[in-house]
Amino acid sequence: MKILVLISNVPDTTTKIRFTGDNKAFDTSGVQWIINPWDELALTRALEIKEAGGVESITVANVGTAATEPTLRKALAVGADDAIRIDAEPKDAFYVASQLAQIAKDYDLIMSGIESSDYNGAGVGGMLAAMLDIHSVSAVSGVSLENGAFTVQRDIDGGNQKVSVSAPLLVVVQKGIAKDPRIPAMRGIMMARKKPLNVIPAAAVEARTEFLGYEMPEAKAACKMVDEDNAKELIRLLHEEAKVL
Amino acid sequence: MSVLVYTENWEGKFKKLSYELASFASAIAKEMGSTVTALSIGHVADDELKSLGKYGVNKVLNVQDNRFESLDNKAVADAIAKAVASEGAKVVILAHNNEGKAFAPRLTVKLNAGLVTGVIGAPVSVEPFVVKKKVFTQKAFAKIQIKTDVKVLTFAQNSFDVVENQVDTVIEAFDPQIGDDEFTTKVNETNKITGKILLSDAEIVVSGGRGMKGPENWAGLEEMGDLLGAGMACSRPVSDDGWRPKEEHVGQTGKIIAPNLYFAFGISGAIQHVAGVSSSKFIVAVNKDPEAPIFEFADYGIVGDVFKVIPQFIEGIKEIKS
Ligand SMILES: Cc1cc2nc3c(=O)[nH]c(=O)nc-3n(C[C@H](O)[C@H](O)[C@H](O)COP(=O)(O)OP(=O)(O)OC[C@H]3O[C@@H](n4cnc5c(N)ncnc54)[C@H](O)[C@@H]3O)c2cc1C
Ligand SMILES: Nc1ncnc2c1ncn2[C@@H]1O[C@H](COP(=O)(O)O)[C@@H](O)[C@H]1O
Repeated sequence: MKILVLISNVPDTTTKIRFTGDNKAFDTSGVQWIINPWDELALTRALEIKEAGGVESITVANVGTAATEPTLRKALAVGADDAIRIDAEPKDAFYVASQLAQIAKDYDLIMSGIESSDYNGAGVGGMLAAMLDIHSVSAVSGVSLENGAFTVQRDIDGGNQKVSVSAPLLVVVQKGIAKDPRIPAMRGIMMARKKPLNVIPAAAVEARTEFLGYEMPEAKAACKMVDEDNAKELIRLLHEEAKVL
Repeated sequence: MSVLVYTENWEGKFKKLSYELASFASAIAKEMGSTVTALSIGHVADDELKSLGKYGVNKVLNVQDNRFESLDNKAVADAIAKAVASEGAKVVILAHNNEGKAFAPRLTVKLNAGLVTGVIGAPVSVEPFVVKKKVFTQKAFAKIQIKTDVKVLTFAQNSFDVVENQVDTVIEAFDPQIGDDEFTTKVNETNKITGKILLSDAEIVVSGGRGMKGPENWAGLEEMGDLLGAGMACSRPVSDDGWRPKEEHVGQTGKIIAPNLYFAFGISGAIQHVAGVSSSKFIVAVNKDPEAPIFEFADYGIVGDVFKVIPQFIEGIKEIKS
């Protein structure tokens, strides 16, 4: 049983979002890069599954330039066994999934996050599963290995469901998949330096979409205040002014 | 050539979201000079299927096949792809929710299509095909061009007005011919609420935070919810402490919702909470602390005690309803 965890390299969630060059590109100056939060939770869950037994290895993979290696090293420090970096600047979800399809064939379980916190693409996981022609389950909030098959918990409208699917399987994970992400310990950081990080050249693939530019949202109008003793007035405003009641 | 829209139902009735998707699809079809076909999977009665005609849907492909109830990602994506092929659709629209996110990416691979998820509002242009979406977790917008012949979109709820635009609608039974071997997702257990307003589809949401002080104080909020036909929500600590069911937790780590109106009672407005509700059209905040960050995001607010305000709200709502 081998697990592959896809790792997207994203700006720290508290990053101030700015653009350069006439709002054509994201300004990366001074940005701290982290493992995409959903991927970090996926990795945490993968480690828990491995600790429960029956898993040979956990590989982490990223499509990115050399600049993303610290993020992969962090994943190794947390406990992944080896890492693969496909050497390319990600262009869109299709481009990234196509790159990953080169290396993702031999895994029993592939874990991807529901979305990257930067471009919120929500595309790579499902695309990769379709490219490999394997099954996928989305909105996953729990996964465990029982007698060689996967039991998966997923969110559905109004609740959740337990389903079982056999390997090979790709899960697109979201909240609940693990409680808190693991923090690398000193020993893990030392060991990570010696773990393999293999760099693979990019395949020639055309992206299918192109980012043309960005805009910042308009500043919100000030909140209209109503007195505590006159709260009915607010209901009237919702009815007559906002027209939502 | 047509625009194909995947419409979802909840207990046999189309979600409000499906009408919004239909309106959106019909606006795109108009600009492209084409028609709208809806794909409905599940048990939806004929007159309910017909109701899509009110929002510009010319044809409904009706799939009634219990096997799809397992929401097998591969099988459903393949079924949608079959419908797209049989209609020669150039634009395929799904919701940006659990189902849409599960099927759309798979679908693009089948259709050699480009994908943009979380599209908001009408396209910037259809030739070239350019749409807008929120990026950086709601902090900015991006304009994205799809360059392929077939385009797949998932559409962010509540970013397009539901417009009535009655057309004649034909309903056709559709069998996508998916073999049994494609359905490998086996459902072992389902826990879900039934007979209630679906939080993700509610036009109005009533939500409480720690300022509500305890689970025993929710009666007023529930009464408001009943009067308004609203969905119920809460902040994370409220569901963590078991005051309210987990399904109601909204925010960065909970559900992301976009109702027309969101009532936040005794919620401080932490950024992680706001991430789940900031796409609401209107936010009403009641908090005793004038410095509470929720007021920076709210459209209407009251600095005051929730327990004084809630009864007045109930009274006010009863008055406008009568
Ligand atoms: C990684 C991470 C993810 C998170 N994800 C989420 C998430 O998805 N959703 C979420 O909600 N939170 C999330 N949180 C938690 C979030 O940071 C806040 O702690 C939480 O939202 C606070 O909940 P609250 O507003 O109910 O409680 P509090 O922050 O305790 O606020 C209670 C408010 O009630 C007011 N109040 C008290 N009594 C009254 C009264 N009688 N009348 C009127 N007002 C009163 C107070 O002034 C206060 O503003 C997350 C945190 C982290 C670190
Ligand atoms: N450049 C990348 N390299 C490896 N995995 C990625 C990359 N981008 C996205 N992913 C994976 O796909 C998931 C969804 O990302 P996205 O489709 O970009 O929103 C992420 O949570 C990752 O698991």
